[in-house]
Amino acid sequence: MHIHRSERIWLFFGVAMLAIFLGVITTAAVVDGFVPPSRVQTIDPTKVSQTPPFDHPGLHKIADGAYEAYYVARVFSFTPASIEVPAGSRVTFYVTSADVEHGFSVPETGVNTMVTPGWVSSVAHTFNTPGTFLLICNEYCGAGHQLMAAKVVVK
Amino acid sequence: MSVTMRPAAPSGQLLALSRAGGNLLALTHIYTATLVLGVGALFGMLQGLSRASLITMPPAFDYYRMLTAHGVLMALVFTTFFITGLFTYCVYETIPRVRSLALGWTGYCTMLVGTVLTTVVILHGDATVLYTFYAPLKASPFFYFGATLLVLGTWCVAFDCIFNVIWFKRMNPAKRIPLPAFIATTTFIMWIIATLGVVAEMGLLIPWSLGWTPGIDVSLSRMLFWYFGHPLVYFWIMGAYAIWYTLIPTTFGGKVFSDALTRVAFVSLLLLSTPVGLHHQYLDPGISAGWKWLHTVVTYGVVIPSFMTAFAIFASFEIAARRAGRRGFLGTIRFLPWRNPVFAGPALGMLLFIPGGFGGIVNNSYSMDVLVHNTMWIVGHFHITVGGPVALTFIGASYGLIPALSGRLLYAPRLALIQVYTFFVGMTIMSTAMHFAGLLGSPRRTSDVSYMGAQGAATWHPEMLWAAFGGTLVAISILMFIIVATGTYVANKRAEVAPTFAFADTDEDAMETPPVLDRLGTWAVIAIVLALLAYAGPVTQQLQAHAYLAPGMRTW
Repeated sequence: MHIHRSERIWLFFGVAMLAIFLGVITTAAVVDGFVPPSRVQTIDPTKVSQTPPFDHPGLHKIADGAYEAYYVARVFSFTPASIEVPAGSRVTFYVTSADVEHGFSVPETGVNTMVTPGWVSSVAHTFNTPGTFLLICNEYCGAGHQLMAAKVVVK
Repeated sequence: MSVTMRPAAPSGQLLALSRAGGNLLALTHIYTATLVLGVGALFGMLQGLSRASLITMPPAFDYYRMLTAHGVLMALVFTTFFITGLFTYCVYETIPRVRSLALGWTGYCTMLVGTVLTTVVILHGDATVLYTFYAPLKASPFFYFGATLLVLGTWCVAFDCIFNVIWFKRMNPAKRIPLPAFIATTTFIMWIIATLGVVAEMGLLIPWSLGWTPGIDVSLSRMLFWYFGHPLVYFWIMGAYAIWYTLIPTTFGGKVFSDALTRVAFVSLLLLSTPVGLHHQYLDPGISAGWKWLHTVVTYGVVIPSFMTAFAIFASFEIAARRAGRRGFLGTIRFLPWRNPVFAGPALGMLLFIPGGFGGIVNNSYSMDVLVHNTMWIVGHFHITVGGPVALTFIGASYGLIPALSGRLLYAPRLALIQVYTFFVGMTIMSTAMHFAGLLGSPRRTSDVSYMGAQGAATWHPEMLWAAFGGTLVAISILMFIIVATGTYVANKRAEVAPTFAFADTDEDAMETPPVLDRLGTWAVIAIVLALLAYAGPVTQQLQAHAYLAPGMRTW
């Protein structure tokens, strides 16, 4: 099958562009660990309030500048409603849902994950700039979805 | 070459009667799509105004109910009815025969009953689950029944087309399947493979919503939905491509650039449409990053048929312009019939598809999706793709198809021309604003994003005002479309020469089409194998996790 010369050049350009993009993404994933949040850990959503560590949701200090934050999402709020960390802290969030599908997002940061009942989601971020960050549910979960928000205060 | 026994040629009168019946069937699909588009647009405009805090929806008819109706009517109903109508026309027109319309009408009626059922349940407030209906949100069983009927109806239309093509091949073993019929069949094969996923999901949802099963595997149902959800996007695009390749060249006296490469593009889309759904689930827990990466790679593959299409369309523009003695880029642009809405609608849509396609590459870029997932960026993306190129192409083609199928002259052609440009301007403003709002972190699917005056949320408001303005322009433009479409029917003006909307011929310089491209059964098997390979791992992972089975919840 004959393909016109200019079309071959054009398709080469398209395929080369893809190869470069894929190379960048794959290198970032392998070398820097930039992969989408993909934790594989199950939990019984009906027993979230009895399952450690989600029986005591909140912020835990692991080391200087390193924190773990455990969140429970249920219609239409997050527990804890607010956490406070010093600037420069790396926070690893662990979130699970006690009912329906939720989202977990801190706009304008890399914190963004789905929260599916039955699973624990995890995402980490280093908060360098001080300020009060909004933490929102970004997946429709019901009539009060627009109210489902919490705060991350960076001092 | 084998000698075929041809049946006695049917009398011309019977053939004409059959053709008229087929035209009525296709026209009914197109008018149904038109009506649905009108209702969907009204809801869309009200949403834009609500998100910009210019109006507040009353609790009796809240934002999320309206959003569900808008999503279902636009993404699932309008597009589907238009495409089933278009492909019925593609097959019937290029394979003339005296045919039974029983299967075709059965398909249409099943789709219609499903649509009415689903819409009534949504408007009544018993299915405020958005068009993705993620479990464990539990809608009324009638919502799932209606959606299933809609899909089963499309299968009837699809099989009707496939049977006609099989008949053609039996009668003409040495001939190529006519290009429009080939496109219709390839797209329908893709559609059947893809909708098997959503029908399987319905097999989980229906007994659960009836209370026959106590719980549902939430992540498995999500995976089945997105196994169907991305090919759904390609279904829209293949419908638009069908028009770009085979009908639009007629508006400027052009031809199909290459019959063979058109078939290669559609076969590629068939193969690449299903093994890609995980790119909608990049941020889901419970699916390993490796499977997600695999789907990233396959999704990127769609760039090849897309680039081929871009080349072929622009080549058909340039070749026709050269034959008319025009030279150069500007010469080609000036040559094209920008004052004909049948051309201008799809052509403006093609312009929108350029940023739309590049935005899609961003969304598919694995870890980069974290920045845009579930933000207004995504809403901007699907409005600048399905809401722009696809809808403008379908509307523009309707201005050609409605007169050709009904024998009536287009009512108010000037209004039709203003309509496509208004739509283009409105959609450009709206989707651009949505993209920017998304980059600032504004979430999608949320009725009110003020978050009680939180400081992060304040930057989104100006973008939402622009989106509301653009959305209102689009809604006004769709009202113009409804006026032209219904006006054509009501005014019932007939011309001495019946209006036509013919398929373009293939360029005489084009190459021969290799017969292997017409072996659609083989391509279908390869497509199924690819889908199984891409999903065997992730589905096994879900099943091995013994995920909890969720009871249904009504949180609205």
